[in-house]
Amino acid sequence: MSDELTLTRPAAPAAGTGEPLLEVKGLTKHFPIKGGFPIKRTVGAVQAVDGVDMSVLAGESFGLVGESGCGKSTTGRLLTRLLEPTGGTINYRGQDITHAKRKQLAPIRSEIQMIFQDPYSSLNPRQTVGKIISGPMEINGINPPGGREKRVQELLEIVGLNPEHYNRFPHEFSGGQRQRIGVARALALEPKLIVADEPVSALDVSIQAQVVNLLQQVQRDMGIAFVFIAHDLAVVRHFSQRVAVMYLGKIVEVGDRESIYNRPRHPYTHALLSAVPEAVLRDEDETEGRERIRLAGDVPSPISPPSGCRFRTRCWKAQDKCATEAPPLVQIEGNTPGHLTACHFPEEGTTGGGREVVLDPGLVAMEHRDTGSAGAAGSGKES
Amino acid sequence: MFKFLIRRSVGAFVILILISAFTFAMFFAIPQDPALLACGKNCTPQNLAIIHENLGLDKPITAQYWEFMKGIVAGRDFAVGHCDAPCFGVSFNDDRFVWDTIIDRLPLTLSLTVGGLVIFLTLGLGAGMIAARNKGTFIDKAFSSASLVLSSMQIYFLGPIVLGLLVYSTGWLSSPKYVPITENPAAWFVGLLIPWFVMSLIFTANYTRMSRSTLIEQLQEDHVRTAKAKGMSEKYVFFRYAWRGSLTPIVTILGIDLGALLGGAIVTELTFSLAGVGRLAVESVLYKDLPLTMGVMLVSAAFILLCNLVVDAVYGFIDPRVRLS
Amino acid sequence: MTTLTKTEGAPSPTGAGSFLSVRDLHVRFSTEDGIVKAVNNLSFEVERGKTLGIVGESGSGKSVTNLAILGLHNPRSTEITGEIVLDGQELTGASEKTMEGLRGNKMAMIFQDPLTALSPYYTIGRQIGEPFRKHTGASKREARERAIEMLEKVGIPHPKTRVDDYPHQFSGGMRQRAMIAMALVCDPDLLIADEPTTALDVTVQAQILDLLKDLQQEFGSAIIFITHDLGVIADVADDIMVMYGGRAVERGTTGEVLRAPQHPYTWGLLSSMPRLGGDVSQKLRPIEGTPPSLLNPPSGCPFHPRCEFKDKVPGGVSCAGDRPLLPEGRGAACHLTPEQKRTYFIEQIKPRLG
Repeated sequence: MSDELTLTRPAAPAAGTGEPLLEVKGLTKHFPIKGGFPIKRTVGAVQAVDGVDMSVLAGESFGLVGESGCGKSTTGRLLTRLLEPTGGTINYRGQDITHAKRKQLAPIRSEIQMIFQDPYSSLNPRQTVGKIISGPMEINGINPPGGREKRVQELLEIVGLNPEHYNRFPHEFSGGQRQRIGVARALALEPKLIVADEPVSALDVSIQAQVVNLLQQVQRDMGIAFVFIAHDLAVVRHFSQRVAVMYLGKIVEVGDRESIYNRPRHPYTHALLSAVPEAVLRDEDETEGRERIRLAGDVPSPISPPSGCRFRTRCWKAQDKCATEAPPLVQIEGNTPGHLTACHFPEEGTTGGGREVVLDPGLVAMEHRDTGSAGAAGSGKES
Repeated sequence: MFKFLIRRSVGAFVILILISAFTFAMFFAIPQDPALLACGKNCTPQNLAIIHENLGLDKPITAQYWEFMKGIVAGRDFAVGHCDAPCFGVSFNDDRFVWDTIIDRLPLTLSLTVGGLVIFLTLGLGAGMIAARNKGTFIDKAFSSASLVLSSMQIYFLGPIVLGLLVYSTGWLSSPKYVPITENPAAWFVGLLIPWFVMSLIFTANYTRMSRSTLIEQLQEDHVRTAKAKGMSEKYVFFRYAWRGSLTPIVTILGIDLGALLGGAIVTELTFSLAGVGRLAVESVLYKDLPLTMGVMLVSAAFILLCNLVVDAVYGFIDPRVRLS
Repeated sequence: MTTLTKTEGAPSPTGAGSFLSVRDLHVRFSTEDGIVKAVNNLSFEVERGKTLGIVGESGSGKSVTNLAILGLHNPRSTEITGEIVLDGQELTGASEKTMEGLRGNKMAMIFQDPLTALSPYYTIGRQIGEPFRKHTGASKREARERAIEMLEKVGIPHPKTRVDDYPHQFSGGMRQRAMIAMALVCDPDLLIADEPTTALDVTVQAQILDLLKDLQQEFGSAIIFITHDLGVIADVADDIMVMYGGRAVERGTTGEVLRAPQHPYTWGLLSSMPRLGGDVSQKLRPIEGTPPSLLNPPSGCPFHPRCEFKDKVPGGVSCAGDRPLLPEGRGAACHLTPEQKRTYFIEQIKPRLG
């Protein structure tokens, strides 16, 4: 706890040097559930984030992928301290900000910014664009040379909007343009780290690319580190140098882009990748296709997650050990350094081979009927 | 759901205790000696002393409160005789037991409020439905503007006009009066017709607007479109899907409006010179009859809390998401 | 292959041969701001057992078209002209009674968000059984039996008990399965799926897509699959129609459209989405600008304000002035010559796709 000390604004870091900007250990967030009878009390907790270890290097882009309910958005909000962590530590450039108070955070607030998913609800409709973007400067008492208005106009230009639109209101802009305003606001304080929570998923495909490119340009030109949270695996791959895959509040696999997408070891990463529909058609002469893994059911409830390995209830490799012992997130044999996997029985590091794993009982039944082969429904098949 | 209702009942009970304590405190917060109020104009010190003893005012406040609460549960003895439970004390004015007076007046107020409730729900929801189904047409516009005008018509303003029109000048109806339903149902009905309508008019107008807007909202819902896409008839979709969905917000507002309804009953009783609990409340305040004021207040609070419990139960009945969580 | 790709010798343009034929469809809404021209000059056909994928972004008219087929637009504010012929039956002028008899029976629809598309007030079983009772006259018990059978078919575990659950007791993926069960309960010949997997997680999406494909094999229905996701389309569709600004701009078989797209908008869509196997050093190439307003659609080609090839059109043809027509069968509504379309794609677009 750092109750007594006020955090100081550290000296300017060397961008892209690979020194850790943000270090997170055992980060946990449990949302209590009230209930019980006859008197209401805390009867359980939604274990939204449960022991996440990660680090973000200066100037790098770190991707966080996973399905709904995996805790990626909660993690983002914990990192920016919009939520109070239940446990664990968050270190920002060597300073513990885990439970830092509002006042203590002030010098650091400006260095960590957030971009939200919904460009419609994250901008105050009663404020002009100029006011929205200069808001963070006002709050933090920053007076850039040339004045705030000039700075706002510069920012508008950087994000590809007309600086003359200073006095317009958010409703006069399209969804993509609004997201640009959100980016300009995040850039206003020259942050070192931006947490972007699903920044493009509310946008149309053609507009998505505009915003992704803008973020990429900002990241490279200004050396800003990004935590890029999204459910779209292809977008995350495009944007992030390192990627962490989350499942039910835990990181199940983390590594550089190449390792995660081409040599994944965790069965869940395999399942996730194989489920992404691809617009590229396989050529006829290509014999080895992608894997086809069809999990059964949805993600279990984070209120009572499975014991041991949380993925085991949907995993085709699960054994008794998986129920009793939670696998640690470690570098398993055959992984490159920095590629960590939390699995007792990891997969081969390949995504090809045209392997089929079908666990979904509906599909199993139907496919057995189609092919006329017998087999217990729900047991899955592997070929 | 059952647990939820029990919890709410317990909560309601606690609130009642708090209200009783509050009203009781009010009794003593008045700068005047309550006994002086009871004593009347020709008050001799002897009379005052007797009243003090009778009312137990010589005892500490907490003891008095305990006596009062015990009286509600178990009955109590006064100089005028034994007062059966629930005993709310003796009126200063006529030495009658408060509960007896309330019981005398209650049927009228219940008839008025329940009847008014039935009328404004039927007319309001009905008109709202017609307006929503004919959205944008002349009917809709007529209903909407009428309800806008009517929602500003106060009972004390409308009452005399209706009386003048339907009773004094045309003679179609006789002056409103209360005949117990057990005596003559027809006379009960005819006698309350004018008060019912006058009282429920504002509510009718408000519920017309509300049910219209919630229905129009519901008609835009995805599940209504799904029902249409399944080939269900327009009527079926309207009633089984849209209308069903519009009930939840209406019930919510209804729970809040029950207190207003009771207030409406007071004004109505005064306007039409009907001797109900509402009028009793006003009289008790005018005559500074504190035991009566307290009794009326507690009984109406209990009534409102009971109604809210019913609303909670209705919630569970209409919405499985409430029932099953 | 469907009749979308028919050659010169194909049946008459009224599409008498195909199961669903839409000819020259226009849909207009009157709003406070003016007339919204949501769908213009749209013609397409779908055959039994085949899947037509309609791709487009918001405001492209893809959903409006399909609500028009089902007759779900408010007749007071909507003007629909053109022909919609389902199995020989004309739908545009059909009475409400006729449409009711067809909806949920001969043609059914699956919506995007299964949470809001199912009523919270009735059990899953009742909602699945409703159209079955209405269209077959089955009893309550028979409808329940049928609902259980359908739930089992779509892979809901313990259908006998889950049939009495309410939608909020189902997970997202199960709700969409229930939605599919509801759409298929009367063995429809035409199934319209409007972004059925957009609200779902990717692993669940994969399950649902496979399920739809398997069910189509079993039921033999024609499917219109609406989505903004070219990856999903590649997975499920036999034919593709690309829509932009209320018009069809390109169509062909899935192989044709994805392997050799001809319209600059399709090129833009393909090069603006990153893909799993793509080259990460390659920048995404978004389509500049924003989709057109349907209140005031651009003159000529609806895509010309955003098109990077509009200056390449030869022979005094103006993209802003003359609207290019979409040919019957395989083709794109674009003034570029076939030769240009081929070379631009191969030389400029394909390298971007990585």
